[in-house]
Amino acid sequence: MAVSILHRVTGAALSLAGLAVLTWWLLAIAEGGEAYETFTKAAAHPVGLIVLIGLTWSFFQHLLSGVRHLVMDSGAGFELATNKRFAILTIVGSVLLTIILWAWLLGVRP
Amino acid sequence: MSLGDSSTPLGRVRGLGSAREGGEHWLSERVTSIALLLLGTWLIVSVLLLPALDQRTLTEWLRSPWGAVPMALLVIVGFKHALDGMKVVVDDYVHDEGSRFAMNTLLLFLAVGGAALALFALAKIAFGGHA
Repeated sequence: MAVSILHRVTGAALSLAGLAVLTWWLLAIAEGGEAYETFTKAAAHPVGLIVLIGLTWSFFQHLLSGVRHLVMDSGAGFELATNKRFAILTIVGSVLLTIILWAWLLGVRP
Repeated sequence: MSLGDSSTPLGRVRGLGSAREGGEHWLSERVTSIALLLLGTWLIVSVLLLPALDQRTLTEWLRSPWGAVPMALLVIVGFKHALDGMKVVVDDYVHDEGSRFAMNTLLLFLAVGGAALALFALAKIAFGGHA
């Protein structure tokens, strides 16, 4: 139930904000120079960072609960215990993947 | 009334029952989701493997077919999947028929316009003169 509504919320966030950021990123790379600097400055700003981290978490959450929905479309995974475990796994997985991604981007790689 | 039609005469007059459409939308949402599973993983792995995220490195990456082609597919399939998904949200929560039509039309324009803008930027990077 909770994971199902999360699927919608993260999907809407990715549709509206995620694709806007992707398009802005591509435009900034195409333009180069000052335009790219404006993008990186916004991305490095605390608010920008929170938005980007939120979007990557949304991406992983939506991806994992999307896989869950595909499995359920096939008619599998409807037993209460299995279903609940799968739902919790999507949240644990998305948080872990987000931490790993940002640890790599901000820490491991200069 | 044929055997295959289970609706009541009154229901038929009121136009209730299956709209005889929607199956394609349902399938499109799922097929694009499987494509995005691959393309999304590609984007994350690519960004992680790039030596740096400065404009020169990114341009070089998006000029190569291994960068430009999956990115173009990601943009097209991504906007299509977003449109399919947002339509479900609008259809579920906007009950007034006029507002629903307006919202769906707005989303369609946003999706097509956004995808065109992103593809233009990508083409400029991929076919641009100097890195």
